[in-house]
Amino acid sequence: MAERSFKKEVERLRLGAGETFEGEGILAVTKGLLEAGVAYVGGYQGSPISHLMDVFADADPLLKELGVHFEASASEATAAAMLAASVNYPLRGAVAWKSVVGTNVASDALSNVASGGVTGGALIIVGEDYGEGSSIMQERTHAFAMKSQMWLLDPRPNLRSIVDMVAKGFELSEASNTPVMLELRVRACHVTGRFTAKDNVPPLMTVADAANRPTRDTERIVLPPANFLHEVEKIEKRWPAAVDFVARERLNERFGPAEGDVGIIVQGGLFNTLNRALELVGLSDIEGNARLPIYCLNVTYPLVPDEVADFCRGKSAVLIVEEGQPEFIEHELNTLLRRADLQTRIVGKDVLPRAGEYSGAVLRDGVAKFLRAWAPTIAPPEESATPPAVTPKDVPQRPAGFCTGCPERPIFTAMKLVERELGPSHVSADIGCHLFSILPPFHIGNTTMGYGLGSAGASAFRPEGKRAIAVMGDGGFWHNGLTSGIGNAVFNKDDTVTLIVDNGYSAATGGQDILSSRATNPVRATNHPIARAVRGVGADWVRTIDRTYDVKAMRDTLKEALTAKEKGPKVIVASSECMLNRQRREKPAKAKAIKAGRRVVRDRFGVDPDTCTGDHSCIRLSGCPSLTIKPNPDPLRRDPIAHVDNSCVGCGLCGEASHAAVLCPSFYRARIVTNPDRWDRIKQRVRGALIGWMQRRMDAARAARAF
Amino acid sequence: MERRRITIAILALGGQGGGVLADWILALAEAKGWRAQGTSVPGVAQRTGSTIYYIELVPDDAAADPVLALMPVPGDVDIVIASELMEAGRAILRGFVTRDQTTLIGSTHRIFAIAEKSAMADGRASSERILAACGERAKRFIGFDMDAEAARAGSVISSIMFGALAGSGALPFARADYEQAIRAGGIAIDANLRGFSAGLAAAKTSEAALPGEAVAPPPRPTTAAGRALADRVTALPQDAQPNALHGAARLTDYQDADYAGLYLDRLTLVAGFGDPLLTTETARHLALWMSYEDTIRVADLKIRASRFARVRDEVRVSDDQVVAVTEFMHPRLREVCETLPAALGRAILHSPRLTRILEPLFRKGRHVETTSLRWFLMLRILAGMRRFRRASLRYAEEQARIEAWLGAIRDAAARDTALATEIARTQGLVKGYGDTFERGLKNFEIVMAAAPALDADAVARLRAAALADDQGTTLAAAIAGGERRAMA
Repeated sequence: MAERSFKKEVERLRLGAGETFEGEGILAVTKGLLEAGVAYVGGYQGSPISHLMDVFADADPLLKELGVHFEASASEATAAAMLAASVNYPLRGAVAWKSVVGTNVASDALSNVASGGVTGGALIIVGEDYGEGSSIMQERTHAFAMKSQMWLLDPRPNLRSIVDMVAKGFELSEASNTPVMLELRVRACHVTGRFTAKDNVPPLMTVADAANRPTRDTERIVLPPANFLHEVEKIEKRWPAAVDFVARERLNERFGPAEGDVGIIVQGGLFNTLNRALELVGLSDIEGNARLPIYCLNVTYPLVPDEVADFCRGKSAVLIVEEGQPEFIEHELNTLLRRADLQTRIVGKDVLPRAGEYSGAVLRDGVAKFLRAWAPTIAPPEESATPPAVTPKDVPQRPAGFCTGCPERPIFTAMKLVERELGPSHVSADIGCHLFSILPPFHIGNTTMGYGLGSAGASAFRPEGKRAIAVMGDGGFWHNGLTSGIGNAVFNKDDTVTLIVDNGYSAATGGQDILSSRATNPVRATNHPIARAVRGVGADWVRTIDRTYDVKAMRDTLKEALTAKEKGPKVIVASSECMLNRQRREKPAKAKAIKAGRRVVRDRFGVDPDTCTGDHSCIRLSGCPSLTIKPNPDPLRRDPIAHVDNSCVGCGLCGEASHAAVLCPSFYRARIVTNPDRWDRIKQRVRGALIGWMQRRMDAARAARAF
Repeated sequence: MERRRITIAILALGGQGGGVLADWILALAEAKGWRAQGTSVPGVAQRTGSTIYYIELVPDDAAADPVLALMPVPGDVDIVIASELMEAGRAILRGFVTRDQTTLIGSTHRIFAIAEKSAMADGRASSERILAACGERAKRFIGFDMDAEAARAGSVISSIMFGALAGSGALPFARADYEQAIRAGGIAIDANLRGFSAGLAAAKTSEAALPGEAVAPPPRPTTAAGRALADRVTALPQDAQPNALHGAARLTDYQDADYAGLYLDRLTLVAGFGDPLLTTETARHLALWMSYEDTIRVADLKIRASRFARVRDEVRVSDDQVVAVTEFMHPRLREVCETLPAALGRAILHSPRLTRILEPLFRKGRHVETTSLRWFLMLRILAGMRRFRRASLRYAEEQARIEAWLGAIRDAAARDTALATEIARTQGLVKGYGDTFERGLKNFEIVMAAAPALDADAVARLRAAALADDQGTTLAAAIAGGERRAMA
């Protein structure tokens, strides 16, 4: 079950011609696919594309009605390989993932499908995880488009443009027999807006039709000599066809006056930010009526040489607004202008930063710099910046951390305790929530090499005495870790310890089900234990822990794994359900039970303010959001004391950690019984009477000898 | 060119309902015929980090097909809503708040960041500085404790923020329009309307101020013994008297009036040096040390009626609910021996054989259910050992340490009372239980060993170094650095 449900929103996908669709970018994309008669969709979740996968999943009934096949692919490579269905058959297919990491994973299949080419339109929707909020290396998908010769669409970030580009993307793909990538930046995936819908179109041919009537064309298979022909075909046929289509259909747009001494070329996805920047310096308005010519590249690859030459001709300088590096478009513009023998100066990274997101402020400053150099008459005056009233030092950073009650936290608490005893090990971390262990308060983890690559990342460490520890999530394990990590370790007789964090879902991307999920899913096969798969590839030393909150068991098992005499990989599967998902499931159920008058038990933790001395060891071993600090009520103490706020879900870590690490006796667990039964009440009455009597006597004695 | 749009940035932490608030604002504007666009950056930022929701509103007649931005631009934000004080600070830091344009609506409560929480002493950022910046930088600042307001209204902070937005009058919509947006949202309508209403009222009346911190008044004596102690306190410098009164009361509660008398004897010796600050700080730290946390003290505090009431209050138990309270105690052989008569305790700890036999019995943490009769009686007996505390091993050890420390204070005070004050403050390193106590004591001893040769500032720096990390790395480096300087 995914973190966010789109059950209600997907009903809007049924809207017909003329009706107004309102919603988020990713929903609009899905609507665009259905209007374009897509036959199959797939993909792999990951920000910012996770919700698109959730939308697909929640729209499954509608997809089935239309005869559209959907699957949640095992990895981006799986998703890309799915596009094979469009090679021989006129099937329109779309796959989605987070880029650039997903594109890396998919690149083998992508190269193959790009080489052989497609018959049906093949669309790859990449969520570009670049800039603020990104969790990955900052690289460009553009490089993949160029090296594999796939076309890259980067539409203006409004729903109408995005949906149009979905339809045009399929047509472009078919016109040029080439897969097409549609790039959506993080905010575009989540931007809200409206557009006029068209009717959904069932695919002309379904995947079942194709399977029933297979056709074969060895010239589409990447094997000599066909592969050499593909390269020639790309250059002589597909590329010119694409350029013709982009020009004919006017996919790139012009804004502002037709003529001018200077102009701006901009990636479509940055158009809105650029327009705002121009607005702020008085050179455009809210409808995009710029006072200088703008050429907006909704297709950033391939460029259309004639359009570029036409735009640049007669201008002294043109600013290219191209985010990220290397500046591929800037390089190509310079080449095109040389070939056209135009003397227009291309200005790009010399006025705009080479690295970092092109925010409104960055573009405003860059445009101003450009204009001061090339069009001083319309350049904005230089303003002195006001010094900020606060400095970064005044505002504490908030690094991401584990959620309240997260079952992964105790695993790292245990690792900290083992570290105290055995000294630090090299820890090869992985991608997933568990990577937050590298941040405060845990500071555990030396490298991370990619999704599911925790064990592989430790494979070069051949211990003599001290074993390396690899961490892997259940998501990464099924994505590729089983083969690249465990299988590899077995085969190479690795001696590393692999800790597989099994929280029941692909939790970091929004709680999607995976093979080992404990939930039963009506449309997918779940409940395939990780331990069985691990043993299946030949690992013998396997331990499973079914309650990660048991810090002592976690600590002792880790210690055993690090010190065991046996050779070969040691695998610990630590399982407890993702607390976010668990709370989403249990909270409403408990609320219902309480309403119905049934006995419900709830735990939560607390700290006694008079025994807490404000050292915060507990926080350094936990970092739970609900474990916080508050002013010390003791008039003689100054340091804030630990405090558990009411968001505590009673996971139990505070108690386990204070036992395992021999912390202070300040923590208490309150077990609260709502709708107590008779036995609860009798017990309470007897205890209350006796304890109350004793307490009154103690109070009286204390008063007698008081200050 | 006339600017006809309203831009709104919401800075919130994951789980605070920033998305819900954004949805309400979008629904509100759209219902009134405006073009509204919202964006956000979900992902890891939502996992306890801070994140920004950004909204642009344009009247329908302003543009046929408006080109709206997807992120706030410094100097172009009309309304900033921050769900927490440091998030308001972050908005200022990022330049979203400008004097000529921005209405800043921010909660003044704090959600502490991990670095603030995990510091070994007090790592909190300065709220005063941020609050002052909010007042200086915004065109208008509406700030109040929205978290407390949400608790009072039995609602969530997002509805309080929505109410405060309505109360600010920064949007050209009526109260009923806002309420309609909440109804249209369809989730927890009653609670959200309550919160909205509370937020709206608070926005119109509240003065921007930080949530206050209660200062405990000095205790008044209630017994003859107490009055005698209080009389002795009047002989101390004025400034030192509140701490001394707190100390005397604390030690009477901890042990008895005689013990509090011993406290004042010791304090009077230090007061003799005539430095009020030295006396004040010694009064504080001596009281803390003399009320060291042993098992007797912990048992005593855990079973009090006032503590039972406090727990019920803190975990919000209603009268028709039943609550059981469990403590996580981990008495090791060391702590057990410390409670025994000194000779016996020492004999066991010094005998490898006895230690080996007995240690396994005290290796496990205990779940002590204080609300059960069995454990309550057990703790009561332990608390009753107070009468024999003076005979215990721990008492002997602590009094010896205290005397040594007081001796060091006096030695220093004879030539430099500022240094003596810093030595008195060094007691602050010794706190907690178990491993924490041992680490603190070790650091204390390191600083104390170096102190006689240093000046006041250097001791303060060493103390800060001791609190920089819990591995002792910074302290060791500081000591080594000092030695290098001394040699050079």
